[in-house]
Amino acid sequence: MENYYQREIECASPEQIRAWQDERLVKTVHHVYDNVAYYRNLMDAKGVRPEDIRSRDDLYKLPFLTKDDLRDAYPYGLLAVPRADAVRIQSTSGTTGRRVVAFYTQHDIDLWDECCARAIVAAGGTREDVVQVSYGYGLFTGGPGLNGGSHKVGCLTLPMSSGNTQRQIQFMVDLGATILCCTPSYAAYLGETIHEMGLQDQIQLKAGIFGAEAWSQEMRRDIEKSLGIKAYDIYGLTEISGPGVSFECSEQTGMHINEDHFIAEIIDPKTGEVLPDGEKGELVFTSITKEAFPLLRYRTRDICVLTREKCSCGRTFVKMSKPMGRSDDMLIVKGVNVFPSQIETVLINKGYPANYQIIVDRVNNSDRLEVQVEMTPEMFSDSVSAIATQEAALVEALKAMLGIYAKVKLVAPKSITRSEGKAVRIIDNRKLY
Amino acid sequence: MTVKQISVFLENRPGTLAALTDVLSANQIDMRALSLSDTADFGVLRIIVDDSYKAAFVLKEAGFICSVTRVLALAVSDTPGGFAKAVTVLGKNGINLEYAYAFTTKKRGLAYMILRVADNDAAIAALTAAGFTLTCQDELVEL
Repeated sequence: MENYYQREIECASPEQIRAWQDERLVKTVHHVYDNVAYYRNLMDAKGVRPEDIRSRDDLYKLPFLTKDDLRDAYPYGLLAVPRADAVRIQSTSGTTGRRVVAFYTQHDIDLWDECCARAIVAAGGTREDVVQVSYGYGLFTGGPGLNGGSHKVGCLTLPMSSGNTQRQIQFMVDLGATILCCTPSYAAYLGETIHEMGLQDQIQLKAGIFGAEAWSQEMRRDIEKSLGIKAYDIYGLTEISGPGVSFECSEQTGMHINEDHFIAEIIDPKTGEVLPDGEKGELVFTSITKEAFPLLRYRTRDICVLTREKCSCGRTFVKMSKPMGRSDDMLIVKGVNVFPSQIETVLINKGYPANYQIIVDRVNNSDRLEVQVEMTPEMFSDSVSAIATQEAALVEALKAMLGIYAKVKLVAPKSITRSEGKAVRIIDNRKLY
Repeated sequence: MTVKQISVFLENRPGTLAALTDVLSANQIDMRALSLSDTADFGVLRIIVDDSYKAAFVLKEAGFICSVTRVLALAVSDTPGGFAKAVTVLGKNGINLEYAYAFTTKKRGLAYMILRVADNDAAIAALTAAGFTLTCQDELVEL
């Protein structure tokens, strides 16, 4: 038994999918070339004319787009429709200086909601379900995306947003939530708290849709056991729309990419060369149905594998593996994007040496971020409280920059290993990939 | 009328205190008094030594972060109430005591209190006026 939201699309023949992609890609390339100076400049610089792109086989001719382009074009530089036609702005998580904004017309939101609806239905959702959305609402795409998808399916939607765990659980029990959408670490935490409160027999959850951060198979089993559900993975990124770019089916062996909206490529992150299906490399997306913010060949920095093997669920969309790593140094901690360079900026502004180390751990399925900083003669004082005050100020400054709490650990001078070449800045003990 | 205290940053990790005391002993530096104040992650060791200049030098050479602070060394009779009188004087004069620690000596049968206050001059004036004796650096070396 398999559930589809749009069977004719999700199970379309490869030829049909290809036809959609060819036609929509050509249209999108013309659309951005005609309406976005930034793209026009990029394409002209590479000597590519819109007419050169006649099918997806020509995709390789187009220049890549990176997060730096999105930052350079901030705020409206990549908006491809008149501002009056756009109806929504979303932004990437908690990052100052690296803020990226994405725009949507009503058409774009409808398609995004449909993508999320496919994920909910694939997880067994119907209009009889009560969907508790415990992703953050606001600039973060998690809440709005699943909320919209849940409405499309016709589920009774509980827009909880994140936080206030006691109230989350009370509503879950009282209103009989059957599907939970949140980050996997929050799902694990909810599970633990439910058991502590002795309410495990009173919840009616059957499935969970969890994304926005990396999680292992072990963590999946833990959550499934703790909440008595089947846990589904969902993938997406604000730049490309948000959650629902790809989603897991009951087979749980990778996430089907919504290929009627997105063309996926795997490239060698060093050379930019396109790799065949089955090879590991950086995932690149081209959005082919968006009006306000279409991105051509956007480099996600996520390292993945694509597979086209027939899936038992009947869907024909290509499947991507869980991301196996990053081709840059970005960390995802508690669902928030963290760049070491942001931490470095704070340290330098506060007068600390730029020699630091970031330690990430996952304790009881919850991420912990620690920044180790070397003590300096200038910062040192014979008064412990004076040092503690400085430490607290650093914690505050890091929180303002990153959007999440990072513990600061002051360590002895020269105790952080100096390396000859590239410094080892990050020690990620989470073993996510 | 003050003495030099050396404060050293110690990361909270096994062996750091041993590394420090090794440096002092290798350089024949004798500690008169010691106090350790700590949080979960780090500690501040405060010591009074016979040769503060040499101690600060060798510790810095060995890679420790340290600072020299002038503190008060107050001689009090080694009897009940000896210290109480001194803190009463400070309190009455509105002088805040940041931290204090004590040591005794065999030679003179006296107890010494090391006092860290915000304003050394005001504390010296108040304590001296109340009849207390403050020890200077040279005297401390001979104890």
